[in-house]
Amino acid sequence: MHRTRGSQRLLALFFAGMMVLNYPLLALWDPQASLFGLPLFPLALFGLWAILIATMAWLLEHSGD
Amino acid sequence: MLSVPLVVGASFAYLLLLFGVASYGNWRSAQGRSVIDNAWVYALSMAVYCTAWTYFGSVGRAASAGIWFLPIYLGPTLAMVLAWVVVRKMLRIARSYRITSIADFIGSRYGKSPALAGLVTLITVVGIVPYIALQLKAVSVGYAVMTLPAGAQATQAQDWWNDSTLYFALALAAFTVVFGTRRLDVSERHEGMVAAIAFESVVKLLAFLAVGIFVTYGLFDGMADIFARVRAAPELAPLLGDAATFDYGQWFSLTLLAMLSVVLLPRQFQIMVVENVNERHLRRAAWVFPAYLLLINIFVLPVALGGLLLFGSGTMDPEAFVLSLPLASGQHALALLAFIGGLSAATGMVIVESIAVSSMVCNDLVMPLLLRTRRFGIRAQGDLTRLLLRIRRAAIFFVMLLGYGYFHWAGEAYALVSIGLISFAAVAQFAPALFGGMYWRGGTRVGAMAGLLIGFALWTYTLMLPSIAKSGWLPTAFLDDGPWGIQWLKPEQLFGLSGMDNLTHALFWSLSANLTAYVVLSLWRGPTPAETSQALLFVEAFQRNRSTEPVFWRGRAKVQDLLALTTRFVGSVRARHLFEEQARRLGVPTVAQIEPDAQLVRQVEIALAGAIGSASARVMVASVADEDALALEDVLQILDEATRLRAHSIELEEKSASLERATSELRAANAQLQSLDRLKDDFMSSVTHELRTPLTSIRSMAELMADEPDMPLAQRQQFIQIIVTETERLSRLVNQVLDLAKIESGHAQWHNTDIDLGQLLAQAVQTTEEMFRDRGAQVQLALPPQPVVLRADPDRLTQVVLNLLSNAAKFVPATGGKVDITLRTSDAGVQVTIQDNGPGVPAAQHGMIFEKFHQNQDSGGYRPQGTGLGLPISRQIVEHFGGRIWIDPAYGGGARFVFDLPWNTMADTGATDVHTPAPATGHALPPTP
Repeated sequence: MHRTRGSQRLLALFFAGMMVLNYPLLALWDPQASLFGLPLFPLALFGLWAILIATMAWLLEHSGD
Repeated sequence: MLSVPLVVGASFAYLLLLFGVASYGNWRSAQGRSVIDNAWVYALSMAVYCTAWTYFGSVGRAASAGIWFLPIYLGPTLAMVLAWVVVRKMLRIARSYRITSIADFIGSRYGKSPALAGLVTLITVVGIVPYIALQLKAVSVGYAVMTLPAGAQATQAQDWWNDSTLYFALALAAFTVVFGTRRLDVSERHEGMVAAIAFESVVKLLAFLAVGIFVTYGLFDGMADIFARVRAAPELAPLLGDAATFDYGQWFSLTLLAMLSVVLLPRQFQIMVVENVNERHLRRAAWVFPAYLLLINIFVLPVALGGLLLFGSGTMDPEAFVLSLPLASGQHALALLAFIGGLSAATGMVIVESIAVSSMVCNDLVMPLLLRTRRFGIRAQGDLTRLLLRIRRAAIFFVMLLGYGYFHWAGEAYALVSIGLISFAAVAQFAPALFGGMYWRGGTRVGAMAGLLIGFALWTYTLMLPSIAKSGWLPTAFLDDGPWGIQWLKPEQLFGLSGMDNLTHALFWSLSANLTAYVVLSLWRGPTPAETSQALLFVEAFQRNRSTEPVFWRGRAKVQDLLALTTRFVGSVRARHLFEEQARRLGVPTVAQIEPDAQLVRQVEIALAGAIGSASARVMVASVADEDALALEDVLQILDEATRLRAHSIELEEKSASLERATSELRAANAQLQSLDRLKDDFMSSVTHELRTPLTSIRSMAELMADEPDMPLAQRQQFIQIIVTETERLSRLVNQVLDLAKIESGHAQWHNTDIDLGQLLAQAVQTTEEMFRDRGAQVQLALPPQPVVLRADPDRLTQVVLNLLSNAAKFVPATGGKVDITLRTSDAGVQVTIQDNGPGVPAAQHGMIFEKFHQNQDSGGYRPQGTGLGLPISRQIVEHFGGRIWIDPAYGGGARFVFDLPWNTMADTGATDVHTPAPATGHALPPTP
């Protein structure tokens, strides 16, 4: 099942996603801070989310396993 | 507010439009040009995940807790990262065994167990009812906001027959019946429904984005403005988050819950697995669907905070901000669009969910019971496809009415999100049995059953009962003090576990008990033969194809019994089709002559499974066949055979691949030989032609002299001179042919020494000085200041240079002829250029003039007046030293010949005779004599 490298990459991305979207890494973003007038914490969540989707799209569209 | 007829009219117009889309989808499907055979449509249909909960509930949640609406969408994103690995396997399994629901999937995995499938169905129905109620509640609240004056409280109708929500629910059920159970062919996909769901996904996304943009940029000055105002308002500022009170445990459990739900919810399973057209669509849909989730969530926080800023907290229901904000600003059209968007979200969910649940109820609850009765059971006759459809239709109404009941009697107390989470936690109980079953061979029916039972019991006790109690239908005393005053049995602090929110608490107890029971009981007693065989088929789904799949069946059956059985459940057309195909496979002329084998029985069972579920299909097939019970050894033996068969087929494949490779190599070698043969023929005819010309003139001169014995001496002298010249030409030609043959065959002798190329060029110029003077041409030699030392055979290189120089001498114009010789060096090697100002070589001949005898191929243009072997020999020599010779195509003022040589190519060979194999130029010569 996990023999193909494409699947292994997705698995690695999944664990990376779990890490950055949960405690304790999530606690690093200061809820009081803001960037460009937007609160940092929601901004970081949406940003991480978008990066996760983009990476996933790249992995899925550019690998031919 | 808007008028009731307008809102109701728009809603029905929208439902009609949906119906049109669905009919279009069905029409295209019937034509064989499916609209849903597309990864984008597949991804959009997956967005049925976004229900009224997303559309209304998220805003409500954001208005009370800030960012907390988000884990419900982060979880699915994480799940979709693994979709290509996990969901693809589910797709493969479901496709292979015609599995049509999650209950069927789990039941089939554990030995086609009807009890397990029935239990999964029961849990689903109980768990999913609140979720359907949520959709009805959302539509009902939305309708009230749209049609009542601002600020008025929606009052629920006291009598159920007066409640518009009931009629809405019934209309939706009727609608679902029309789309979802229209065709007799119950096991096929619902293409029209999927098309309509994808369309609804577009509508709800656009409507929500429209409201979001209106609120953010119409009512406020962009997002930064909203957040700045929120920070300034002391009662709202905590919504932006507070690190100290942020409950990361709950965050994780919500993410996990949503991650499981996106696969385990009946409607998601239906859309993702059952309705999937092509496995490859998953690759794109796996990221497009999360991108959709991201888009629909961007404006949730701005809309929620904007609503709180404008209305103040506590005055308006935040869950209806999407509607009340445009209404309050007089944007009635936008409000109507937003309502339609919400309607899309709710109806999409209800339609797919009730279709999915109805097929579960029909196949896994009703059919197993019906098939036990005398009227419909094993001995009964008659077509049951109509009955199946009727059961499904009734089940749709039944599920919808249950949802309405929950909404009517218990729905008022809870926020939308809390209701939805109860359902999520219920379906999460399937995770151990489902995923364990896909990846662990050792999971057993008993383990799965125990896990599900205990998980469901704990879910009921810790989540469902408290929610009922909080709605006022049970005394709440047992929540606060525990049942019978036993403190450690308090449902929300079971065994004294405190410090968790009630959802995390319930999820922790139910899932961990479920998983423990599943694992422990699976390990307690090993699987039965039937379970082992199904476990193998599921766990190794990717390692098999149809032809090498083991068929775990032994016994005898009559073909007419099987045919009659198939006809009863899937209709005569498809049954006949299946059996005719099998007759072809077995090589018998008619269906009646089929001797049923294991493969046929398996095909029949799979066809039945598509219609009535795998558990009932198993029972029905067993009822008409005389089966041998398989022992574990038999299962292992069948598996062994299949494995050997598979190894054999892989071996065969490899063999045929290597044969194919060998064939193509042989073919290429043959083609090369043929072309060499042709070249040899060409060469032979060219050589004989070249030899004949001087021979002819020698012979005619000699004959002339023989015929005329009294020829004048002067003329005789002249003739003899011609004979001598022609003889010289002849021997030169023969020498060159031999030379070329030697070089090409690798028998030439090379005497390599260190030479100064500059000196060599100067000597060559000196040698040809006479010739150029005769032609009145000027020769210029440009050399670098320092000596250029190279290891090569000086005689051979001189031969190349002389050949090029004599060519140049032949072609310079009679007056003003000019020849330039240049020597350049670089890191890679040396380059010698010899250019003249003659007529040049036509571009078409640039490649050819290095071929043997090509000088006589074309009249006019460049015709070296020699033997025609000078340039081919030069090329052989230069290539022997690892260099290249060519004509510069860019030069227009005459012919520019260039050759380059790498540094010290022959360093190792010294002055010894070198025997090198012929360079693979494709211009081999006949062997030297």
